[in-house]
Amino acid sequence: MQVMNVRLPGALVDTAQPLNFTFNGKKMSGFAGDTLASALLANGQKLVGRSFKYHRPRGIFSAGSEEPNALMTLHDGAATTPNTRATVVPLIEGLQARSQNHQGSLERDLLAVNDLMAPFFGAGFYYKTFMWPAAFWEKLYEPIIRKAAGLGALSDRDDPEHYGKAHAHCDLLIIGGGAVGLITALVAGRAGAKVILADEDVRLGGRLLAEQSTLDDMKGSAWAGQALAELATLPNVRVLSRCTVWGTYDHGIYAAHQYTGYDHPTNDGAQSLLWRIYARQTLLASGATERPIAFPNNDRPGIMLAGSVRAYANRWGVAPGQRVTLFTNNDDGWRTAIDLTNLDIEVTAIIDSRVQCDMTAPEGVEVLMGRTVANTRGRHALREIRLDNGRKIETDCLAVSGGWNPNVHLTCHHRGRPHWSDELAAFLPGTELPPGMSVAGAAAGQFQIGAALQQAATECLGALQKLDISATAPALPKTSEASYNIHPLWQTGKGRAWVDLQNDVCAKDIQLAHQEGFRSVEHLKRYTTLGMATDQGRTSNVLGLAVMAEASGKTIPETGTTIFRPPYTPVPIGALAGPERGKEHRPTRLTPAHDWATAQGAEFVESGAWMRAQWFARPGENHWRQSVDREVKATRNSVGICDVSTLGKIDLKGRDVATFLNRVYANKFAKLAVGKTRYGLMLRDDGVVMDDGTTARLSENHYVMTTTTANAGPVYQHMEFCLQCLWPELDVHMNSTTDAWAQFAVAGPKSRALLAKIVDSPFDVSNEGFSFMACGALTICNGTPARLFRVSFSGELAYELAVPARFGNALAETLMTVGAEFGVTPYGTEALNVMRIEKGHAAGAELDGRNTALNLKMGGMTGKETDFIGKAMGQRPAMQGDDLPRMVGLKPLNSNDVLNAGAHLIENDAEPTTDNDLGWLTSVAFSPTLGHSISLAFLKNGHNRVGAQLRAWDGARGKDIAVEVVSPHFYDPEGGLQRA
Amino acid sequence: MKYNAWNIFRQGLTGNRGWKEAWRKAEPKPEYDIIVVGGGGHGVATAYYLAAKHGKHRVAVLEKGWIGGGNAGRNTTIVRSNYLLPGNQPFYELSMKLWEGLEQELNYNVMMSQRGMLNLLHSDAQRDAGARRANAMIMSGADGALLDRDELEQNYPFLDFDNARFPIKAGLLQRRAGTARHDAVVWGYARAADQLGVDIIENCEVTGFQITDGHCTGVETSRGPIKAAKTAVCVAGSSGRVLAMAGMRLPIESFALQAFVSEGLKPVLPTAFSFGAGHFYVSQSDKGGLVFGGDLDAYNTYAQRGSLDIVQDVAECAVAVMPSIGRARLLRSWGGLMDMSMDGSPFIDQTHIDGLYFNGGWCYGGFKATPASGFCYAHFLATDRPHPVAAEYRLDRTMSGAMIDEKGQGAHPNRH
Amino acid sequence: MIIDHPLLGPRDSAEFTYFGAATLMDRPTPEDGPKAMHDYVYLRDNPVGLHRELWYHAQGDRSWLVVTRDTMTQVITHVELARDVATAKAGCRS
Repeated sequence: MQVMNVRLPGALVDTAQPLNFTFNGKKMSGFAGDTLASALLANGQKLVGRSFKYHRPRGIFSAGSEEPNALMTLHDGAATTPNTRATVVPLIEGLQARSQNHQGSLERDLLAVNDLMAPFFGAGFYYKTFMWPAAFWEKLYEPIIRKAAGLGALSDRDDPEHYGKAHAHCDLLIIGGGAVGLITALVAGRAGAKVILADEDVRLGGRLLAEQSTLDDMKGSAWAGQALAELATLPNVRVLSRCTVWGTYDHGIYAAHQYTGYDHPTNDGAQSLLWRIYARQTLLASGATERPIAFPNNDRPGIMLAGSVRAYANRWGVAPGQRVTLFTNNDDGWRTAIDLTNLDIEVTAIIDSRVQCDMTAPEGVEVLMGRTVANTRGRHALREIRLDNGRKIETDCLAVSGGWNPNVHLTCHHRGRPHWSDELAAFLPGTELPPGMSVAGAAAGQFQIGAALQQAATECLGALQKLDISATAPALPKTSEASYNIHPLWQTGKGRAWVDLQNDVCAKDIQLAHQEGFRSVEHLKRYTTLGMATDQGRTSNVLGLAVMAEASGKTIPETGTTIFRPPYTPVPIGALAGPERGKEHRPTRLTPAHDWATAQGAEFVESGAWMRAQWFARPGENHWRQSVDREVKATRNSVGICDVSTLGKIDLKGRDVATFLNRVYANKFAKLAVGKTRYGLMLRDDGVVMDDGTTARLSENHYVMTTTTANAGPVYQHMEFCLQCLWPELDVHMNSTTDAWAQFAVAGPKSRALLAKIVDSPFDVSNEGFSFMACGALTICNGTPARLFRVSFSGELAYELAVPARFGNALAETLMTVGAEFGVTPYGTEALNVMRIEKGHAAGAELDGRNTALNLKMGGMTGKETDFIGKAMGQRPAMQGDDLPRMVGLKPLNSNDVLNAGAHLIENDAEPTTDNDLGWLTSVAFSPTLGHSISLAFLKNGHNRVGAQLRAWDGARGKDIAVEVVSPHFYDPEGGLQRA
Repeated sequence: MKYNAWNIFRQGLTGNRGWKEAWRKAEPKPEYDIIVVGGGGHGVATAYYLAAKHGKHRVAVLEKGWIGGGNAGRNTTIVRSNYLLPGNQPFYELSMKLWEGLEQELNYNVMMSQRGMLNLLHSDAQRDAGARRANAMIMSGADGALLDRDELEQNYPFLDFDNARFPIKAGLLQRRAGTARHDAVVWGYARAADQLGVDIIENCEVTGFQITDGHCTGVETSRGPIKAAKTAVCVAGSSGRVLAMAGMRLPIESFALQAFVSEGLKPVLPTAFSFGAGHFYVSQSDKGGLVFGGDLDAYNTYAQRGSLDIVQDVAECAVAVMPSIGRARLLRSWGGLMDMSMDGSPFIDQTHIDGLYFNGGWCYGGFKATPASGFCYAHFLATDRPHPVAAEYRLDRTMSGAMIDEKGQGAHPNRH
Repeated sequence: MIIDHPLLGPRDSAEFTYFGAATLMDRPTPEDGPKAMHDYVYLRDNPVGLHRELWYHAQGDRSWLVVTRDTMTQVITHVELARDVATAKAGCRS
């Protein structure tokens, strides 16, 4: 095997910079400027992978992102990256590449036996078998299929990559950095437009780098270099290399992904950027992709696209073969033979399916017009081809050109359909382009470079005109024209001819799909899996359509069209996610007293975006229940404090606040006195409870509302809707003040004594001066502004004290200090929850978006005369009646039993069936006050069943507990304590 | 020809020349007993059960494009019966039981793979709600299990247990849940219905209803008028525009749901699973692709595409719960039209127009419902009574207040 | 998508929360009867083509907007402040 350490003249690699890499553990070397694919070819590596279904030996097929065969797993450990196209990976020092999808070595794949089964493994064969016996699918057939299928493997470990996100705005986004993209960027850039030029290749220039033709008598790569040098001087032009624009979204938003160093897993910083580009105008200059011809055994290593063969020779200085043969149906293919001959690579013959053409063959190259390739030989690499006339030619590289398909993908992302050109035998961009997009060059079907540049200038000037940017037509470079003259040849010969190389879809599969009636393009693709592989059918879709058209005797446009959806090429899911992962997946909100809670030994829990203290473990406590029981007892016996800053807080001011509240709350609010607080129940307009909370009237036209933590945002939005959209005539002004105030519950029989120590005189906290449900603004601790509400969630004598957020931490510390004489105890959300369950207050689990006031036994509150949100729909017949669930309390008959939330209620003698389901347990707690487990529950006809004995059935956890239905108000049902 | 290994072998030896069309390319007749409008999974299943269970053979399925081209061809293929409410769960459990025998019934391998579906739970409140749901599932005759963290760590080592913003506390697993090859379901029903005499008519767009004096007697189509005693609409995301031709406004709006598939990978997921602290669910296909989805695009649309915002949101949730997925690549995305109803639950009912029936409002849960939807719709069409497990799927429930709101979000279709 | 806020200029739709059809502004009065309220809460035109709809500028100035958008092309043809629309309607009523 010959290793090419010396490259052909003119190669765009830096031979002064050799790079070592491994392929399947074998040491190889290449140069800076190589792709993994060009380096593999230079090292004589023809066999690089195995096909999906038949495990056929495969070689490098193309030189770009359309590559169906050369899929590699790169790197190792957590950085393992499967399914990477060798053709788009810039070679780096130490790169580890491995082939995929074989059992045993690449050369001796055990699953190659599948190829022998091909007659039985035709399109859709699996739909017709593996059905008996039924249980064998999961146990036998599917595991075998799954193991054989798939391509590379994920590492199972956390992705170590750094992913960044970037946003950019521009006047003109140019997609594609070939000659057309470059000239457009020059025109727009010189005119002062804000330009972004993006190209998927690591080096801009497109086909200019792959051809020998000249611009202004310069090599294409030199012309591109000159253009890039000028663009670099224009501060209004941003050039993004290795950046693929992969999606066209609405209103000029484009998604692009740029590899900034993805091949260097040890680099620091963002190694991949997801761009969100807002473009006022877009020029698509994405070029074209060559397509193969289907002929028997056209999938062997060494059979490549003709344009790619000359790209390897011209750009990377690598000859893909020692004796190259050309098979074409168009003039462009001839350029491969001409270029290779210029580089002194032996070309055996030009096989052209057309009867005649005007091309002149290079000296010494045989031309066989009107001939086709009928078969090929060579197990791991091509050795010989046989023509339709039986002639055999020894060759190790067959360059195939079936014509070029414009890369119209991004024109279709808004469901625009491409249209068929008979002249070019290809789909061109349709008439319905995404707004703001124009197309030029090969992407628009203009394969002549001179005309393409002219078109680019025209489209660019048109786009700039729409932006009111004046520009002058550029002097276009002198070009040498090349002809195309395609006469379509899609398939030829008898035998298995591959259409989709990666998914192993052959022309016969398409014919079988036709025979079985899967004739619409989508049925065809789904039945045969044509175009469903990682290359998304870049080289196979049109060919497959043509084979179907021939089978059905229709034209290609009659047969159908191919459309495309994002992404243009596969994008790492990690790049789409960016840095929003791990602890940074979503923002974290901390309350103003978070540091205090931390110092107190809080165990925190996620509560939406908030972190809240769940309990405060004390030395010697090794189970959370010990901490929670202590906190509850301390609060009920003396005084506890709890950070409730996460409650939603909404400030309402204006002349009509009372009217407004009376409409948004289901209970009466028109006559709340100044200095008083009231519980409020808020419904949706369908009559279901949305939220509850309290609203305090601080002064004549100033109210303060609290909401539950979870509904702070939704309630605020709802009330703004009511104000702006329903009742704009009301004089109400709202502001969310959730983050502006720190708020603490101070609860327990000693809470008043504690507060008395910090309120500034003359504020009177006595029961007479500040009775149950009172509220007021005051100062505390010698002048700190505060608000005090005498509300109780625990059932104790209790207050909520709010101070501006910046004083929150200090207030918590102060309360601890001055409360030391009462043994003041911080309590967390668990103790809060235990006490509210003991008291029978509904909370999140009861306010589940399905329950009405009636379910919560608050139906009596909603009887007011005037209209309110939710009134009419709450009166619908199916929302009334005894049989609906009512909130009740439960206690276990055996006080040692522990109840589980989520258990269902059934009669003692009933089977646990849907029909026998009477209700469910919502919130459970161990009540340290009562010494046993308690629960809130919803029970059908529950208000009439107090005293009944039922079962709390929890089959999912294997429990079944006898319970008694009791009042949900386990603790101080008369409410004397909170009023004391 | 029957589908089996012997016939595959025999055909393989003779160039596969004997396979017939999976279903006839039927031409429309002037009149049928029952017309099903919409050749999605639900439509062809309805036609199949009409013929197979109710002896109705003068049945046509009219499809605007190609059968299975809507949501049946664009979904994340998960099959489950893990609902909470008594109005839903028995229906989905019937569907699950039909799935379990579907391949043998249809003589078509739809690759129903009962690998399980896991809902991750991230808080005490979610675990309690998960327990309630697991118990409701078991009470309906389905299976359901709560897994604790240890069991999850053992079976799903690739999930983020150490560094998650929203830690995993527990999981709700339905072992009988799984995936099925979505296209094959449509083709299998179509082939079986065809063999029972049903006409499956593709490229036949319904352009209007023949309605006189509150009575529907057939449809106008792009291929001429067709008469029918009963017209059964079954058009998912197009419900609004199709029923508008009958002058109806529905408690349904159309939204786009994007779905995604990765490049093929060797087996990595033991079951399908969903993230509970955001919108992300994923299964792995037999070909190895990770098939995943997330939240709806929030705005009404008939365009079959979504926003970049949702692509990113779904990826963020994916990486948050399964960090190793970051190195897999997104291969394809697509947007389907969802018929989102006001309570998130479907309708199988007659309309106020005599002879006109409606099946829709499946939101993004229609695929798993395919067998039971067809079964119960056929039952309604044949008997003019709802099937017992679909008794709550009536159009008048918005009037009566008997809503079936699994998510508790009220009359906002995009929140279900 | 980009929403051209009448006061703040073009903004990415990610700053907004979508709510639903603008008919949700036409809340019936008790005199209109429960059927009217039912239709208001539950029924939608769900049109193909132009759709008037409500967006809330949650990550912005908290204004409600009435956006006219084509549900097939996604082209936005008109954006108004909902308060202005509601006020104008109230003016018509009185």
